[in-house]
Amino acid sequence: MSGVEKVYGGTGLSASQVEDGSIFVEHDALDCEYTWDAGVAIGRYLQELKNGRIIGRECDECRRILVPPRMFCEICWRPNDRWVYVKDTGTVNTFSICYVNWDASRIEPGHPPHLPAVIELDGATKMIGIMHILGEVDPQAIKIGMKVKAVWKPEEERTGAITDIKYFKPY
Amino acid sequence: MGKRVAIVGIGYSTFRTTSQDVNYREMIFDAAFKCYEDAGVKHPREIDAFVATSEDFMEGVSIADEYVPDQLGAATRPVESITGDGIQGLAAALMQVQTGQLNLVAASSFSKASNVIDYYNVVSYACDPTYIRPLKEHPYFIAGLEMMKYLHGTGTTKEQCAKVAVKNKENALDNPNAAYGSLVSVEDVLNSPMRFDPLGLLDTCGDIDGAIVLLLASEEKARELNKEPIWINGIGWGTDTPNLDSRINFGAEAQYAKLAGQKAYKMAGIKSPKNEIDFAEVDDTFTYKELQHLEALDICAPGDAGKLLEQGAFSSKGTFPVNVSGGSLGMGYSHEANGTQKVMEIVLQLRGEAGKRQLDGVKTGLAFAWRGIPTATGAAVILSKDK
Ligand SMILES: [Zn+2]
Repeated sequence: MSGVEKVYGGTGLSASQVEDGSIFVEHDALDCEYTWDAGVAIGRYLQELKNGRIIGRECDECRRILVPPRMFCEICWRPNDRWVYVKDTGTVNTFSICYVNWDASRIEPGHPPHLPAVIELDGATKMIGIMHILGEVDPQAIKIGMKVKAVWKPEEERTGAITDIKYFKPY
Repeated sequence: MGKRVAIVGIGYSTFRTTSQDVNYREMIFDAAFKCYEDAGVKHPREIDAFVATSEDFMEGVSIADEYVPDQLGAATRPVESITGDGIQGLAAALMQVQTGQLNLVAASSFSKASNVIDYYNVVSYACDPTYIRPLKEHPYFIAGLEMMKYLHGTGTTKEQCAKVAVKNKENALDNPNAAYGSLVSVEDVLNSPMRFDPLGLLDTCGDIDGAIVLLLASEEKARELNKEPIWINGIGWGTDTPNLDSRINFGAEAQYAKLAGQKAYKMAGIKSPKNEIDFAEVDDTFTYKELQHLEALDICAPGDAGKLLEQGAFSSKGTFPVNVSGGSLGMGYSHEANGTQKVMEIVLQLRGEAGKRQLDGVKTGLAFAWRGIPTATGAAVILSKDK
């Protein structure tokens, strides 16, 4: 359960050794910017999220429906065949209740934990799921196999990102 | 030299300055799919292992090797990543085949340089944080220093360097895979905006996006497959000290190229490179680099490359054609795929598939790549076809 984290950090140098100048360090912060080309598959995926829909690609050889989509089947090794819409409902494949933030700080007691989960979408091939987060749910009530449904941002707020879905909630 | 290994397949995407229409997975899949088809391999499950070259800072993701498998058909298969030039990746793949345990190994490299918004920052992080970064110079100043020393030390002129750009950009006009083909004059190059004196804008190559996949086979396997085998006779790589100020004969001589070349020649049993090799694709990231590298690779004596270039020796119709593809100045610079791009041209030429720029009667070629600013690392490979 959440609570104050005891830190077992090991023994290092003391801050005073750096401050008094007996040890020198170099400090710099990374400053790099990228724009990753989404390409055909992810480009369409994001476009459809903006439209409030989830799209995948179907391979005629293995019959898998891949979500998120890619333009080739890595198992059959061939360009796959067609776009297929899947539902925005699905099943929790796995989940974790996280008490630590993105920046490694601890979530303050009394604040809600993060709830990342893998959601197997209805209409996609079994065992193929997308990573997302759960919401409007008591963390202790989450179960593998739980049925969930996407809660979308209002249309005017969608930007073509996986965060156009706010979270998945039980239904 | 251990067991003989051949390149039996090659595939490549288009090479363009930008490629917003495909992501890197789609681009590499395109190259891999064509490569396996070229070799007559129906499914990557016939391939024993995969080697990918990648550089996390260029891709903007760390541990980039984890993103490699799907587009190579390598999911659930043995994959190794090399942070280095494509020729170093080729060397890793070669050694895997030479163990005798593996018969077919694929090697991939690619560039999505257009996705890196501030490439110079990436290069800057390659510079030493204590000695160089605090000086707050654009990292290409290193090329300016080196070119200054090269001209001074060898008597090579800026005009001779300019002629490298003229030659390579013109060669590129005959290469459909080249993005920077053009007819420029020596004056155009000399009058282009000065950047890091004596290095001007047109002395510098531009970036491209693209992917190349090669398939390597043991001798036995190579004989079974579609294509005429292109043998890897020798390969070598070398690195000088990272301290710019204490590199041996900094600028005037490219130690890393000398070391890489010597190792590759020894493995290939080559005693006189200029007589036993028919043509070369040699790193020309900056104009002076082509000349400096040719000298270090013992294609000519130190200080002679500029003169030979002026006499036409390195032209497509010359005695020792260099960068018939257009080189990096004409094709564009593909970062980790730099060396693979050169290997690709050698393979196409040896196979007789080089189209309008096809050289007559070539049997043995040399590809050499430098790892770029601020490194002193280079890799060389000697390829040949059956006589
Ligand atoms: Zn399939």
